[in-house]
Amino acid sequence: MIWEWIIKSVLLILVMLVGFAYVTLYERKVLARLQVRVGPNRAGPSGLLQPVADGIKLIFKEELIPAMADKKIFLLAPILTVVPALILLAVVPWGRSAPFFGREITLYLADINVAVLYITAIASISVYGIVLAGWSSSNKYATMGGIRSTAQMISYELALGLSFVGPILIAGTMSMLGIVDKQQEIGWFALYQPVGFLIFFIATLAETNRAPFDMPEAEQELTAGYHTEYSGMKFALFYMAEYDKMIGVSAIAATLFLGGFDGPFVNQIPWLGPLYLFIKIAFMLFLMIWVRATLPRIRYDHLMAFGWKVLLPLSLLNIMVTALVIVLVGGG
Amino acid sequence: MTLELILFIILALVAVAAALGMVLSRNTVYSALFLILNFVTVAVFYLMLNAAFLAMAQITVYAGAIMVLFLFVIMLLGAERIPGEDKLPWQKPLAVFLGFVLLVETGYILISRSGILPPAPTAGEGFGSPEAIGMVLFNQYLLPFEVTSIVLLVAMIGAVILSRRVK
Repeated sequence: MIWEWIIKSVLLILVMLVGFAYVTLYERKVLARLQVRVGPNRAGPSGLLQPVADGIKLIFKEELIPAMADKKIFLLAPILTVVPALILLAVVPWGRSAPFFGREITLYLADINVAVLYITAIASISVYGIVLAGWSSSNKYATMGGIRSTAQMISYELALGLSFVGPILIAGTMSMLGIVDKQQEIGWFALYQPVGFLIFFIATLAETNRAPFDMPEAEQELTAGYHTEYSGMKFALFYMAEYDKMIGVSAIAATLFLGGFDGPFVNQIPWLGPLYLFIKIAFMLFLMIWVRATLPRIRYDHLMAFGWKVLLPLSLLNIMVTALVIVLVGGG
Repeated sequence: MTLELILFIILALVAVAAALGMVLSRNTVYSALFLILNFVTVAVFYLMLNAAFLAMAQITVYAGAIMVLFLFVIMLLGAERIPGEDKLPWQKPLAVFLGFVLLVETGYILISRSGILPPAPTAGEGFGSPEAIGMVLFNQYLLPFEVTSIVLLVAMIGAVILSRRVK
């Protein structure tokens, strides 16, 4: 039994490692198409080996540590950034259970009754890597970038956490599997919680430091923000954390609002579950890339004002209305 | 030795080491990081005691939100280094003495009452689940809960007023 968990955990980490590489390619391809370019197409058939080439390039880069840097924390920061991104997916179910070489295996790692809280817990500790990276570099741009990203992530975490409340209220459980079950019964929560879904999407863009909220790494003000001083594989780890977080929040969005692994015939053929989830994740990733290609970066004070004065009251109002409707209709 | 006991000993060592590191390190950023490690270890203790909700709240609130603000303040003020000379030289011997007294007291009570203390009750069905905690919080402890929220609100308004620029 414990071996099953270990194998599934290793598989999950591998999916994140390979997924990260191919999300970068996916992003570059989609961006290129949106900007009427071709995109990477030299390494391998239609550019499919581009991530491998990038990885090899980064391994052979020289690793620099600034002389004034706090060495221990400088080395710790990339690790602290990657670990939360890798374990974020542990509570997302890919299906119920499926036959596998004559054995019935469950298609989720852990179905816990505090799964949604687990996500907020991981989101709240994922700030440390970035802020410590900025501070330990002892570079003014890096420190500014680190402090900015802390302020931004704390501000948008509130709206993110509150946007989880809608699905929890409707499903009446914090278990991800329970939330998917309820959606199979009454339909996807994006239909019941359009405002909640929008708030979730905006807040996750800010949490993952994606455009138009890529404030910590605004080139013209901060050179490269918190990872200015990082090079080689340590830089690659920050890059990996960003894209793995994108995969993670896309999977969470798919599960909380788009029915998760739900789809036609999923109860008859359980192996369709992971496929449906994959399609939904790809769709959410496409939305994030599309937003990046479309919108300019928001100015920092506008960003904070938007988070506190628009997004937070809106999400509180959304919860109030949702709760009221559930009480009036009777039971979630 | 059961697996749980081995796990407990390892975690306890980490928790104590993190607490010592927090008190003894001369760099406040390191202290804050050790404190975060300590909070996370305590959260794992809660998990071992079947209190998953408390564990997640501990990580979100203490290790996440509060400690981020600590780090934020340390970095904004540039107060990483504690100055070398000790302003309160009598503090250390007194702390050692008081700590020793506390240890003796605890040890005395534990040894003298070892037969009287009942064994820990086993956790019931649904113990520590979000539903159970919510029911207790909003029924039995409704008044303290609401009073706490008002105290927090007052503190927040106070902070806003204090930081407002005088025109």
